[in-house]
Amino acid sequence: MSTIVSPDLTANCAGIITPNPFWLASAPPTNSGDQIMRAFDAGWGGAVWKTLGQPIQNVSSRFGGLHYRGTRGIGFNNIELITDRPVETNLREIAEVKRRYPKHGVIVSLMVESRDEWQDLIKRSIDAGADGLELNFGCPHGMCERGMGSAVGQEPKLNETITSWAAEFSTIPVLVKLTPNVDNIVPHGLAAQRGGADGVSLINTIKSVIGIDIDNFVPLPKVDGRSTNGGYCGPAVKPIALHMVSSLGRAPEFNLPISGIGGISNWRDAVEFILLGSSSVQVCTEVMLRGYRVVEDMIEGLTEYMRRQGFANLGEMVGRAVPNLSEWGDLDLNHETVAKINPTSCIGCQACVVACHDGAHQCIHPAEDKSVRVPVVDESECVGCNLCEIVCPVPGCITMEEVDNGFAPASWNQHAEEGLTLRPKKGVHT
Amino acid sequence: MSKLPATRSETVFVDAKPGYSPVQALTEANRCLYCADAPCVQACPTGIDIPEFIRKIATDNLRGSARTIFDANIFGMSCARVCPVEVLCVGKCVYNEMDVPPIQIGKLQRYATDAAFERGDRFFEAGPDSGKKVALLGGGPASLAAAHELRRKGHACTIFEQAELLGGLSTTGVAPYKMKADRALEEVEWVLGIGGVEVRTGVQIGVDISVEELLRDFDAVFVGLGLGADRLLHLPGGDLAGIRGAVDWIAEIKTDKAALGGVRRAVVIGGGNTAIDTVRELRGLGIPEVSLAYRGAEAQMSGYVHEWSWAKVEGVRGVFGAQPLAYIGEGGAVTGVRFARLDAERQPIAGEELTLEADLVLLAIGQGRLGELLGETEGITLERGRLIVDDAGRTGNPKIFAGGDCANGGKEVVNAVDEGKRAAIAIDLAFGQALCGGEAT
Ligand SMILES: Cc1cc2nc3c(=O)[nH]c(=O)nc-3n(C[C@H](O)[C@H](O)[C@H](O)COP(=O)(O)OP(=O)(O)OC[C@H]3O[C@@H](n4cnc5c(N)ncnc54)[C@H](O)[C@@H]3O)c2cc1C
Ligand SMILES: Cc1cc2nc3c(=O)[nH]c(=O)nc-3n(C[C@H](O)[C@H](O)[C@H](O)COP(=O)(O)O)c2cc1C
Ligand code: SF4
Repeated sequence: MSTIVSPDLTANCAGIITPNPFWLASAPPTNSGDQIMRAFDAGWGGAVWKTLGQPIQNVSSRFGGLHYRGTRGIGFNNIELITDRPVETNLREIAEVKRRYPKHGVIVSLMVESRDEWQDLIKRSIDAGADGLELNFGCPHGMCERGMGSAVGQEPKLNETITSWAAEFSTIPVLVKLTPNVDNIVPHGLAAQRGGADGVSLINTIKSVIGIDIDNFVPLPKVDGRSTNGGYCGPAVKPIALHMVSSLGRAPEFNLPISGIGGISNWRDAVEFILLGSSSVQVCTEVMLRGYRVVEDMIEGLTEYMRRQGFANLGEMVGRAVPNLSEWGDLDLNHETVAKINPTSCIGCQACVVACHDGAHQCIHPAEDKSVRVPVVDESECVGCNLCEIVCPVPGCITMEEVDNGFAPASWNQHAEEGLTLRPKKGVHT
Repeated sequence: MSKLPATRSETVFVDAKPGYSPVQALTEANRCLYCADAPCVQACPTGIDIPEFIRKIATDNLRGSARTIFDANIFGMSCARVCPVEVLCVGKCVYNEMDVPPIQIGKLQRYATDAAFERGDRFFEAGPDSGKKVALLGGGPASLAAAHELRRKGHACTIFEQAELLGGLSTTGVAPYKMKADRALEEVEWVLGIGGVEVRTGVQIGVDISVEELLRDFDAVFVGLGLGADRLLHLPGGDLAGIRGAVDWIAEIKTDKAALGGVRRAVVIGGGNTAIDTVRELRGLGIPEVSLAYRGAEAQMSGYVHEWSWAKVEGVRGVFGAQPLAYIGEGGAVTGVRFARLDAERQPIAGEELTLEADLVLLAIGQGRLGELLGETEGITLERGRLIVDDAGRTGNPKIFAGGDCANGGKEVVNAVDEGKRAAIAIDLAFGQALCGGEAT
């Protein structure tokens, strides 16, 4: 009997070491010590405490959901603020959690205004036993109107200054939580780096209006007949978060560890964030909707994935997909693929026919023999766009197959700069 | 409905396929793949745009969903309940190809149409008066669908129906666990709500009024007379009490309280859908021993396999390869049926007989044909009592059109509706051509 060596899931993000890379993001699931201890029991490796600061007063209601074709909560937004519990209570509970769970990561999220307040709260958090700090420069509603949260995250100078205070006062790792409500994330990551942060966390929520009560003309979520913009998160934001994480992962001058956040719902999402350079991942919405128990599958799925790929530890996989990101201008324009439909698995729904006709290049057609439901791809016109594969309800039925067209690789940049030959265009219908 | 007694036998039945709740409907609607050139649509005789009406349920555009259905099939509400969807739309759902449960199209259609009906939605208006008059013979789904379409085009309609109730077999024949008579009648009223349809019940064509008179008084005649009475077997003992035609008996349980007091054992003879409906209805009414006796083998039954499977689940006994020889009776009432045993070639096996005891014997071996009524009319061709029509419902007589069971030999409500509608379009076209012709000369 051969022993199966289990990959090592231990995460080290900016010097914060946790039994696995799965952290709860700073949000309602990390409101209290009681909750966080239950989460650790369920298997979470770390938790970023619900942001501490001057306790606020919240509105009701607070959340809105985006539902699509019967699936509830593919997107989520909120208009709640930082913690509404007294600082003392939170600190007492932080100490209690750390006493009982010394190996788990407790990261304390902070948001205050003046240098003195930062100094005071950082000291008290460290005294309580925090393993790391996260500076909340991300909240896009309410707090920013008071000059905090994303108001800081959107101003590199301010970000750098406050980060430098924290770096000065802190003896434990400092993460800066970035807001996605900027056009390019890199300058903001660099500001945190200049300020002396040990790492960054991203993304916080995206400015949003989740929907409208169309019968009463009131945006959602409703607070006595009115609403305000909120922060968007959940599965729908994952592509935006992945892009921002990868932008920092690729930026040559940026070299801080990343804690990836945004729409992570399962192990597969987590793997994606790690492959783009995250050394830990944080989860909020999926836990809010389904509970701490989702971590079991995350741990198992990640373990299995690492075993399959032969990764012995997380370090081996962090950032593995980054080198394969490039500029559009460097992509090979002579690489050609066409759609192939597997006639045995095709169920004849012809969703691809409509999609290609109306949404792509009019090259999937119903078979001439009306009794045959499997469509035909006109490969001479297929541009290999993937649309048919995306709409097909049968996994693996439509595949994009490479065509050997005899043209040597040539990117747009090579064409423009070195005059390399491009293959003739397809699907242009001139 | 005031015309139906509240105590009628059918009221004990509950829906075999209950209606959807809103969540159930949404869940199912969201599964639909919204196929292009969808196989389910091709399988629907009325060609309802099924993916479209389902999408509209999913987006909470319920009124639009119902409009899509009724635009193709004005009897969409009863078809949702009575269509054999397993062999029509649902049978062709592409999910079957993946061994994933197919979309429950009938239930979704019921959901959308019931909602529209409960709200009292109306979708269609009569067209401007054309001055043309059409007589519709028979008040079943074929004639009603034809009349509705003719009214949309502005032609005046008169329906002649021998019975007191409209709806034909949709009212008096359909199994009560699919749809009860009151719903059928409510639907008829809703269809007639388009206005301008004169209804003359209790008028028997050929007795109270002749086809010739109608041809004289109307610009066109649509024949939707359905099939005739149950066929009976002329066997020894045929006069005994307790031997009846199945369709006749079904009409009684649907519209009246049937006397079943002394009945403990019932035998239904036949292997088609009427026979299967009848045995299930007998079981549903509490008859302890119900048998279906059929000449051929079980696999040769013309009734739907899914319906027969249910009958067996419900405790019906099937007797196959059995040919009735004689009824046995006592004191003027039937007590059993004697059968010859048939081999695979349906030849009697010498010396092998079988007797089934029965207090009630129902014959479901087909219905007569009504063609004779029109047999003498110019241009009409009959084939074994069935009126011969083309795809548009035209007979050889330019003023006579036909559809439904009397022309197709006995199919489903949905076919009758489709054929009635197509004939109405052909009538309208004929009127148009006659007008153009008139102007030209
Ligand atoms: C027992 C049974 C169960 C059925 N179950 C189903 C089912 O579940 N689903 C389904 O889709 N289909 C079912 N059908 C078939 C369906 O009912 C018929 O196909 C449909 O009703 C045919 O419509 P129609 O208008 O052509 O004829 P009918 O519905 O038969 O209507 C014809 C009308 O003409 C009238 N009429 C006849 N002769 C005269 C005359 N001389 N003068 C005046 N009026 C006359 C009749 O009284 C009747 O009202 C069933 C049929 C039977 C017998
Ligand atoms: C109700 C709610 C409250 C939140 N509160 C905070 C907060 O106090 N501090 C903070 O840094 N982020 C807060 N967030 C943002 C989350 O930590 C996280 O960055 C974001 O939701 C994206 O992750 P997700 O897609 O897994 O939810 C909050 C999010 C939600 C939904
Ligand atoms: S890949 Fe795009 S262009 Fe080619 S067949 Fe599919 S949808 Fe059409």
